[in-house]
Amino acid sequence: MRPLDILRTAVWSLGSNKLRSGLTLLGIIIGVTAVIALMTIGRGVQQGITARIESQGANLLFVQPGSTTSGGLSGGQGSASSLTLEDALALVDPVFAPSVEAAASQITTNAQVVAGRANTNTQVIGVTPEYSAVRNAVIETGRFISPADIQGNAQVVVLSASVSEDLFGLLSPVGQTVRINGRRFAIVGVLEDNTVGFGQSNQVLVPVTTAYYRLASQRTAQGGVSVQSINVQAASQEVMGNAELEIATILRLRHRITGDDDFVISSQQGLIETLNETTTALVVFLGTVAGISLFVGGIGVMNIMLVSVTERTREIGIRKAIGAKRRDILFQFMTEAVILTISGGLIGLVLGLSFGPLLNGRAVIGNRPMETGFSLDIAIIALVVSGAIGLFSGIYPALRAARMHPIDALRYE
Amino acid sequence: MIEINNVSKVYRMGDTELAALGGVSLTIADGEIVAFMGASGSGKSTLMNILGCLDVPTSGRYILNGEDVGTLSDDRLAEIRNTEIGFIFQTYNLLPRLTALANVELALMYGDSKNRRQRALDALERVGLGDRVRHRPTELSGGQQQRVGIARALVKSPGILLADEPTGNLDSRSGDEIMAILQELHQEGITVIIVTHETEIADHANRTITMRDGLVVADEAHAAVAATNGL
Repeated sequence: MRPLDILRTAVWSLGSNKLRSGLTLLGIIIGVTAVIALMTIGRGVQQGITARIESQGANLLFVQPGSTTSGGLSGGQGSASSLTLEDALALVDPVFAPSVEAAASQITTNAQVVAGRANTNTQVIGVTPEYSAVRNAVIETGRFISPADIQGNAQVVVLSASVSEDLFGLLSPVGQTVRINGRRFAIVGVLEDNTVGFGQSNQVLVPVTTAYYRLASQRTAQGGVSVQSINVQAASQEVMGNAELEIATILRLRHRITGDDDFVISSQQGLIETLNETTTALVVFLGTVAGISLFVGGIGVMNIMLVSVTERTREIGIRKAIGAKRRDILFQFMTEAVILTISGGLIGLVLGLSFGPLLNGRAVIGNRPMETGFSLDIAIIALVVSGAIGLFSGIYPALRAARMHPIDALRYE
Repeated sequence: MIEINNVSKVYRMGDTELAALGGVSLTIADGEIVAFMGASGSGKSTLMNILGCLDVPTSGRYILNGEDVGTLSDDRLAEIRNTEIGFIFQTYNLLPRLTALANVELALMYGDSKNRRQRALDALERVGLGDRVRHRPTELSGGQQQRVGIARALVKSPGILLADEPTGNLDSRSGDEIMAILQELHQEGITVIIVTHETEIADHANRTITMRDGLVVADEAHAAVAATNGL
């Protein structure tokens, strides 16, 4: 029997019982739709998380001081004050650190920021001009912290969009002043609202020297300005490892370290991986639930194929009497099952994908706009899996049909 | 050439064995027209199924055109049914949802067949249904349905036609038409084997083999009665 004949016969058989074929199809459609929808949503969440983390700046390494130990009590990571502004400057060195693109030191503290009657508690970050590029802090109006501000310990501040809105509403605050810990700071700029970044919305930026001398109270033994963290941007994703080695070498030389390091280098990658593992586990769990419905759909197909084989016993007998071989009958019923599940898979694929545009841009989880992720592999997986379900659920009924004895089949009433 | 030698068929039903055929030997030469007669349960249908390669004997040998059918694989039996034997059934056994043409083409779908449409049309033309090819079985009379059945049996140009009570469900006029077609095909050299319990039908054959209780009790040659109402 020619493949085209097998196909035509199968389509004809399915078409001659449209309601039943349609209902059977429904089981597969629902299963595939659920799997596709959950996979695209899950992938979207994953991509969203990665994008948010990367929006804080690409290829970032964080250098923090090691822990202090006094009287046997460890102060925890970052408690030492061994990193200085000069360390950050030394890290940008085309000869000894070719993989480092930029380095921005920062000092973070919390303070009450007051503007007239309005006030808010927010993160005050002492930064250098490099911070803007390294951490994707883009100026909306006004200007960023300048080198002159650093030099002169200037009492100037750049507000994040949300702090600006909290304190001044829709008015532009540039040129006005705020009080931080009682000191008057001139507002020189406002940051762009960074909707994808998190942890960046509620903060104000001041020159790092100002933060050190006027707001924080840490001093180093060496007399330099000590910083809490240095954000290092590597030249590319590929050289992150090299950058880490170069940073460590420079810092060890500068700090004359022979034993344990007095600093720790970490990256975003670990955070991204952890979050990805969590969402992957969630997607796998949801996918399993959806997969069960697909499995049930497959059982539905097998059930209907068994009914169909029994109902068409006489037809099978006739076909055998006029020369159908076992494999002709086998292929005919297998093809019917596979056509059912693959067309169910195709319809489910379209339905599942249509969930994407419905959800995109809407706040589904939290207040972040959703962006579903679709790629060709999801479509291929859906079709291959539904085809496999067709084979799996069609093989037993088809074998039963193929093994029928022609005489018994012909006599069947 | 059909040769069967001491063929028996035993059906097993639980613990009891039922001998449908108890050692039958006979030879049917190419181009004969033979009628098998007997009451129901005489074994004539069982013998028919074995002759048609739908079933294999429990013991004994069946040589069809020099091939020992008992030793053949399922696939080879299917091939023989497709190319060497045409079946005509009492209940026609047409697929109800297919047109007459599609029903005839069905036989050509199995095995490698070219020119299917034309051959099917020719076969239907030959049984006088050239103007009914697009009708479904339910839109045809019993006689017409049986003619579609004959066209389907003919379309592969088999050497042997096996008709199991071909007129059993028909009025005598349609029955005569069917018998006329079968005789015509016999005249063209096809071996025609008819199973019937009606003497009038058996009279159309040149030889009548009578069976009882799974055995041949009479085998006699006679002149065939011409069909009273030819095409």
